[in-house]
Amino acid sequence: MTTTDPPYDWAPYRSSALRAPAQPLQPLALGPTERSGPVLGTGAVQPGDRDLTRQHAGEPIGERINVSGRLLDNAGRPVRRQLVEMWQANAAGRYAHEVDRHPAPLDPNFTGTGRCLTDEEGRWSFVTIKPGAYPWGNHTNAWRPAHLHFSVFGAAFTERLVTQMYFPGDPFLAHDPIYRGVRDEAGRRRLLSCLDWETTEDSWAVGYHFDIVVGGRLATPVITP
Amino acid sequence: MTSPLDHPDIAPQVSSWPEPSGPTPSQTVGPFFSIGLAWMCAEDLVPADHPGAIGLTGRVLDGAGAPVPDAVVEIWQADADGALESRPGWLGFGRSMTDAGGVYRFTTVRPGAVAGGAAPHIAVNLFARGLLQRLVTRIYLPGEPANESDPVLQSVDPIRRSTLIARDEGTQLAHDFRLQGDRETVFFVW
Repeated sequence: MTTTDPPYDWAPYRSSALRAPAQPLQPLALGPTERSGPVLGTGAVQPGDRDLTRQHAGEPIGERINVSGRLLDNAGRPVRRQLVEMWQANAAGRYAHEVDRHPAPLDPNFTGTGRCLTDEEGRWSFVTIKPGAYPWGNHTNAWRPAHLHFSVFGAAFTERLVTQMYFPGDPFLAHDPIYRGVRDEAGRRRLLSCLDWETTEDSWAVGYHFDIVVGGRLATPVITP
Repeated sequence: MTSPLDHPDIAPQVSSWPEPSGPTPSQTVGPFFSIGLAWMCAEDLVPADHPGAIGLTGRVLDGAGAPVPDAVVEIWQADADGALESRPGWLGFGRSMTDAGGVYRFTTVRPGAVAGGAAPHIAVNLFARGLLQRLVTRIYLPGEPANESDPVLQSVDPIRRSTLIARDEGTQLAHDFRLQGDRETVFFVW
């Protein structure tokens, strides 16, 4: 299995300049520590945490969406009862974060934070609104394509993944140094959600599907002793 | 009247998505992760009054030696007896977000040795704006005799080995992560 992860040192993404290691990475013979991992979220995640449209008195502004998918390992097996964390900008492209200075309105009915546990088939789902594009200052007219941030845990330390989900047909994808940091087209496609009629609800919400496959860093599959 | 969906120029609504063709690539955690990750900022793996509790703290520094104020440090370790597991009262997992000075902090216990002959160590993930994928490293314990025979430590250039071993400051362990440049931390891949 070859990795499709983006490089650390990627000149179009200016923030990488002083943060990418200069030394080559050291090959690691995986030990018991890396072959195991935490089980998180049990008892801490509430059922309502997966609905980002019901966290305040009113409904957030924006295009209501149902986002769902599966969390799988590199062999296609479901990752069961494990934590999925998600965060995002609001429909205007503004994060409910003190550091975000984009002069777009905050939405008093939207925090942009969700979490859930996968089920026995590795399935997870969120109800939210489609985030807006926003400028991020990397270069003139640098606009991030609309995206959701995902943080997932597999069954082992090796399978930890933080990534972003994009929407099909977004014109900013072609110009985004972060998305295009993934250097192969097949890998980029795996960051795109697709329209999902099964979870699209008539007169209510548009569905998107996004499968997350962890374990991509592995040069060889983990053999469980 | 027939349904508009029966018109030959309107594609049928078919629910099908491609099976993933491989692993999902990593993307940066970005600068605004705290809204999504702070709810589980598990800096205390054990309470401060737990027997054997010890602080683990340090800074994340960039290639100019400047603090990285928007990094997430996650750790995964064995308990004092060498057990690698999450159980009630012990997750074995910690998450700390650096402050304006680039400082992270945990309260934990010294990990016990795990099977396989490795010296006791803590596995570390670093995430930050500017990192398109996580950085992986380990923290070894200072003054631990088993360090001398640990195969991973011994595989590292002796000049750089100290970047993997915490400093003993009495009541706490101190360990900085240098992402780039002078005394750059050893980061791993597999």
